[in-house]
Order: sequence, then structure tokens, then C-alpha cells
Amino acid sequence: MWAYAVRRLLGAIPTLAVIVTLSFVMTRLAPGGPFDEEQALPPEIRANLEAAYGLDQPIAVQFARYVGGLLRGDFGPSYKFRDFSVTELITSGLPVSLTIGTAAILLALLLGIPAGVWAALAHDRLVDRFVMSFAVAGISVPVFVIAPMLALIFGIYLRWLPVAGWTPGRLSDLVLPVVTLALPVIAYLARLTRGSLLEVLRAPWIRAARARGLSSRRILLRHALPGALLPVVSYLGPAAAAVLTGSLVVETIFGLPGMGRHLVQGALNRDYTLVMGMVIVYAMLMIALNLAADLVYAWLDPRIRRERRL
Amino acid sequence: MSTTGGLWRDAVRRLSRDRVAVASAALLALMCAAAAIGPSLLDYRQDEIDWAHMAVPPLAQDGHWLGTDRLGRDLMVRTLHGLRVSLSIALLATLVSLAIGVSWGAVAGYLRGRTDALMMRVVDILYALPQVFFVIILTVVFGRSPATLLIAIGAFGWLTMARIVRGQALALREREFIEAAIVGGAGTARIVARHIVPNLLGPVIVYSTLTVPQVILIESFMSFLGIGIQEPLASLGNLIADGAPEMETAPWILAVPAGCLVLLVFCFNFLGDGLRDALDPRDH
Repeated sequence: MWAYAVRRLLGAIPTLAVIVTLSFVMTRLAPGGPFDEEQALPPEIRANLEAAYGLDQPIAVQFARYVGGLLRGDFGPSYKFRDFSVTELITSGLPVSLTIGTAAILLALLLGIPAGVWAALAHDRLVDRFVMSFAVAGISVPVFVIAPMLALIFGIYLRWLPVAGWTPGRLSDLVLPVVTLALPVIAYLARLTRGSLLEVLRAPWIRAARARGLSSRRILLRHALPGALLPVVSYLGPAAAAVLTGSLVVETIFGLPGMGRHLVQGALNRDYTLVMGMVIVYAMLMIALNLAADLVYAWLDPRIRRERRL
Repeated sequence: MSTTGGLWRDAVRRLSRDRVAVASAALLALMCAAAAIGPSLLDYRQDEIDWAHMAVPPLAQDGHWLGTDRLGRDLMVRTLHGLRVSLSIALLATLVSLAIGVSWGAVAGYLRGRTDALMMRVVDILYALPQVFFVIILTVVFGRSPATLLIAIGAFGWLTMARIVRGQALALREREFIEAAIVGGAGTARIVARHIVPNLLGPVIVYSTLTVPQVILIESFMSFLGIGIQEPLASLGNLIADGAPEMETAPWILAVPAGCLVLLVFCFNFLGDGLRDALDPRDH
């Protein structure tokens, strides 16, 4: 188990190296630079700016400097937010994004799994149909349609929740963003749980348990669910990716000062260092979450657990 | 290949019994036709401003069947144009990822061994990259044009296809007719092109159908954020972005393109599910 964890952790290093190199190379290949304003800068000022940011150095030197900075946790200066470093923007945005992301995943687990179990137990009855139609809708309706709709209903018509905005510590600001992010994941989890539970319930060892006279509650909780939830665990990695991607839209629509909004702003401003830094942080988050999901999976699945011990 | 003929005939029969899939296919055909010829049949151009009728609701004004936006542009024409742009990008990007994915996967699966391990390692690394974020970097770097968007989406979309195709190719190469082809003196390229790839068509068609809605969603996601298709060109994504701030006073500006997008994605998903059931009898 430990060997497996260490091996997976080491396996993430080349991926991270590829990400850093790719994003560096791509932004340096770009035609046009960060200082291309609508009014061209005088050449002397331009040269000074480029020297100040180290852009006059050979590309290998720039890359070495950037990687050296990354290792010290320094993502370089932001080209457009002149008074901020990228690291400052990341540390200010990360807590907001992590808060809504974690809350959305927890909410999705809390609602999606029971909904799927319920649908599986009521197979082909009305509840099942209802849960499944909701699931299909949740997968097909994109976050950027859900978000304005929820804001319209709960913010403008019903006036229950703020339409947008962010005041530190005010929880009502977080409800709509978190629900918006969670809905697609709830839908997918419900569909996944239902499918895998239906399959497990058909297995011979469940029939055997029933023949031994165990209560259906005990069969469900002790025998069927643990196995049925394995695909759910392996979906947690992609789910985290979906939530992180969705947070770009959600933070923009609801005006939350998270990393996603900085990234979108950086992309609109062609702020290379900001975009690179954000993408690297997002990539690290995704790799970490995928790794965590895989480790939980390996720990839960006795087949993998035993195999790794050998 | 008489067995293939039988499989296809069976698949068509199964598909035609799936009413949801048939309805989705019909609706998709209708939407494609509307996107292709609709704008030329209507009285307004997509960037034409009707100064007398700004933000008119649907059915309230003759000629503007689905209303107008804040600038007095006809919403139906704009949505059809958006549909056209979104559909073209989605279909082309799917073709790009199809071409890369199928050849990559088929070659890796057929050659096996070290080549396969190396090729799939490349797929694994790219798979771990956050796709949407790299599409963002690419559009930042190469400018926000439809072509960049197309290449950026296509360049990352082929990974799952390559995995599926490789798995199938690994299984296929053990079959007798491949051995027969080798005995018959066919070279690797010929075997991959003439014997492996044609037999992969089933899963490839299913997965392509399911790729199209994903691409549509990525494209409209980017356009919604302002880093995809740019005004005055319309895409479903930037039309929705246009409508979102107006939803309190003029909800139709959001509802028309959003409804169109959701319908489109629904249809592709239902059709893809139907095709999967029709082409993969093992599921039943």
C-alpha cells in the first residue's frame, strides 16, 4: 500500500514537469507580448519594461529562472496587475475556490449517493424515472446556464439569496455558487451509484445473503453498498476536475474573488505569468485529488490492497 | 466481411426501435438544416440593428419571431448563426480528435510492446493535464479565433478515443483474419488501415457521437467566458453570455440560445446512448 502510494507520488513528478514546460513554451511561442497595448509603447520604455521582467534574456535563462522561482513558491510578477505578484493573487484566490469546491463535492456526495441508492431500490418505478430524468438533465445543462437561472429564481424572483457578491464570512453568498457547482456532480453521482448498485444487487453472493435470511437493510449496507461505491470513488478525481472547471464560470457569474476569476481575467488580458501560474496550481490540485481518489480506491478494494502487499 | 454486414443491419433495426434515439436524430437533422439554410431565409442579417424594435419579446413583433436583443438584433437569426458556428466547430474538432485518436490507438494496439507503452505513456501524461486550462492557454497564446479554438479542443479531445481504440485493437489483432492477412503478406500499414480500423467503426461511431456534445459544451464554455468566439460572430456560448445580464428584464435573450444549446446537447447524448445500445448487443 505504501509502496503503491510512493510510486504514484513519484509518477506525478514527470506529469508536473511536462505541464510546467508546456505552459512555458506555449506562452513564449505566442505572437505578440504582454506589453502590446492599443497604443504602442515608445521603444525605450518597452525595452525597459522587458528588462525589468527579464524578457530580454535568452529563453533558456528565462525558463531556468521561472522553474527556480517555482521551486521557491514564487510564480513571478503579474504583467497586468502591476502591483501584485502571481503568488499573492493565488494565495488570495485559493481559499475562496477551495471553500466552494469542497462544499460542492461534499454536498454532491451527500445528495447524489442517496438519490442513486433510492433510484436503484425503486428500480423502474416512478422515483427511479424521476431521479434518472434529473440526472440526464444535470449532465446536459451546462453550469453557465444553471447559474443565471438559479440567480434569477432565488435571487431576483424569490429574493431569498443574494444574486452575486462576496462578503467574507457571509454564508448566504456561498449557497448559490455551491449549489450550481454541485448539481452536475449530484446528477452524475446518482446515475453512477444507481447503475453500479443495480449490477451488484444482481450478483450471486447477494442472492446467497438473501437466502441466509439476512435483512434487506443489512444486505444493502454491509454487502452491496461497499462494493457498489467503488466506481463512485474512482469518479471523485474527474468530479474534482469538473468542479474546478465549473468554478471558472461560477466565480465569474457570482463575482467571487477566487482563482477562477483571476484566471479568466488573466486570459482576457493575455497576462502570461498569471495564466501559467494559475494553470500550474490547478494542475497540481487535480493531480493531488486524483492521487487521493486512487489511494482511497486501493485502500477500499481488497483485491488491489492484497496485490500491493505482495 | 459478411458478419459486419449482419452487425450493421441488426444495429439499424435496433436503433430504429429506440424511439428516443430516432426522435433525437430527426431533431438534430432539423437543427442542422435550420443552421445551414435558416439564416438566409429570414428577413434580417445577424448584425442588422432594428432601431425601432430593441429588446422585443418573442412573438410580439412581426418578423422577429423569437424577439430581439438589447441592440435590436433579431434573436432567431443570431441563434441560428450561433448554432451554425457551434455545430461546425464541434463537428470539425470531433473529426480532428477522431483522426488523431483512431490512428494513435490503432497503431499502439497493433504494434504492442515498447512502442505501445511509450505511446500510451504520452496519452497518460496528457490525460493528467487539465484540458480546459490548456485550451485557455492556447487561445491566450494564439489569439481568440475560431481556428485556434478548433485546434485547441481537437488537440486534447483524442485521448479517450485513443484509449478505446487501442483496447479494441489489442483484442482484434489476436483474431484469425489478421493472421490470415499476415500470412498473405500484407504489411503493417495495410493491416492497420484495411483490417484493424474498419473493424473498430462501431465503438468509434458511438464515442464520436458522445464527443460532439462535450466539444459543444467546451466551446460554449469558452465563448461564455469571453475567451472563445468573439462578437460580432455569434456562438451559443457568447449569446448566453449576452443574455445572462439581461435576464431580469428580458429573460428571452438568455432563454432562446440556452434552450437551443440544451436541446442540442440532449439530442446528441440520447443519440449516442441509442447508438451504443444498438451497436453493442452485449449490454442487453
